[in-house]
Amino acid sequence: MPKKVLQLIDTAYRCTVEEQDDPAVWITHAMKGAGGDLDVLLAGSAVNYAVKGQDATGLRFGERTQSHSPDLDGDIARLVEKGVSVFLVEDDAAERGIEPGDLIGGVKHVSRSGIAKLFGNYDQVWHW
Amino acid sequence: MSKKITISIMDGPFENARTVTALRLVDIAARRGYDITVFAYEGAAALAFARQMPHANAVHGRDADEEDHPVPREWVASLLATAKANGGSVDWINCGLCVDERGVNEAVEGTRRGTPGDLWKAAEASDGTLVIGSK
Amino acid sequence: MKQYTLIASRDPFESRQAGRYLELAADLKAEGNEVTVFLVQNGVMAARRSGASAALTDLSEKGVEILADSFSLRERSIRSRALADGVTPSELDVVVDHLAAGRNVIWH
Repeated sequence: MPKKVLQLIDTAYRCTVEEQDDPAVWITHAMKGAGGDLDVLLAGSAVNYAVKGQDATGLRFGERTQSHSPDLDGDIARLVEKGVSVFLVEDDAAERGIEPGDLIGGVKHVSRSGIAKLFGNYDQVWHW
Repeated sequence: MSKKITISIMDGPFENARTVTALRLVDIAARRGYDITVFAYEGAAALAFARQMPHANAVHGRDADEEDHPVPREWVASLLATAKANGGSVDWINCGLCVDERGVNEAVEGTRRGTPGDLWKAAEASDGTLVIGSK
Repeated sequence: MKQYTLIASRDPFESRQAGRYLELAADLKAEGNEVTVFLVQNGVMAARRSGASAALTDLSEKGVEILADSFSLRERSIRSRALADGVTPSELDVVVDHLAAGRNVIWH
């Protein structure tokens, strides 16, 4: 039985407009609310979810205007507020030209070479 | 005591090889009589949609009967039956919000609606859990 | 020591992440864990001896077990004699064995 799970999220912006969120981040919130003990590791292009100031507003399809754009950095920040440790692979961020100052607060950094050791702190790793 | 495993899937029907691999895993476990929970999240909530229809295939030169085109709902129903016949079970849970937004509210008998809390509960009770994300 | 089964489903010729995943397998092994990499779907494209298969052979020499799904191999007509050193064909049953045994099974 899992005691503590690390949610590895590395797919980015797959259906975030239609869902108005990211499904892996969303389900983390939902399971946390249901009593789950989870932390998050953002990797690959999903490191971009922690970048401040993302803006997907203004979309319209015919006369149907999007009421709520996804608030990905906000959703990540709210995980941190709930006590979820959110890690980010710093090598993946650097490769993408993301500077530390671009990121929201409260996100912990881990090197790519440190991921294996991080895994050791969890009973299971679930890769979304 | 029977083994318990949980598998979470996300891909809709006819979109990706992950669906077939996931169901192959369920099939193996079902034949062993395991108690299996499948959490069908996002597009996977449509795998058990009761209104899927097979069709003919003119490119293959086959009518509907000859083509015998698989529809995932039949696979799901058969997996449920196979597990039961071998002393196990498949608790197929369709994420309720995912069902609603896709309009796939009619699902094969034996499946049920659920929430992410069900995934967490099933994982806590399982010997092993596998999450198969979508890309 | 933990036991990990890393399921590698992505085509290494299309996904840069596929190579990173093998590096993770090596890192987990270096941390003292027991590690199996299970190739499935287009992930078996790396199993055929080629420039891309060296990474798998290197990994096997580090003590990581490398298995390739027999069905995926057959589906792509990758015969046993064409497999890279260190790669062994396997039934998917192994993944269910590992799940039932409580190993940490991670899909990529």
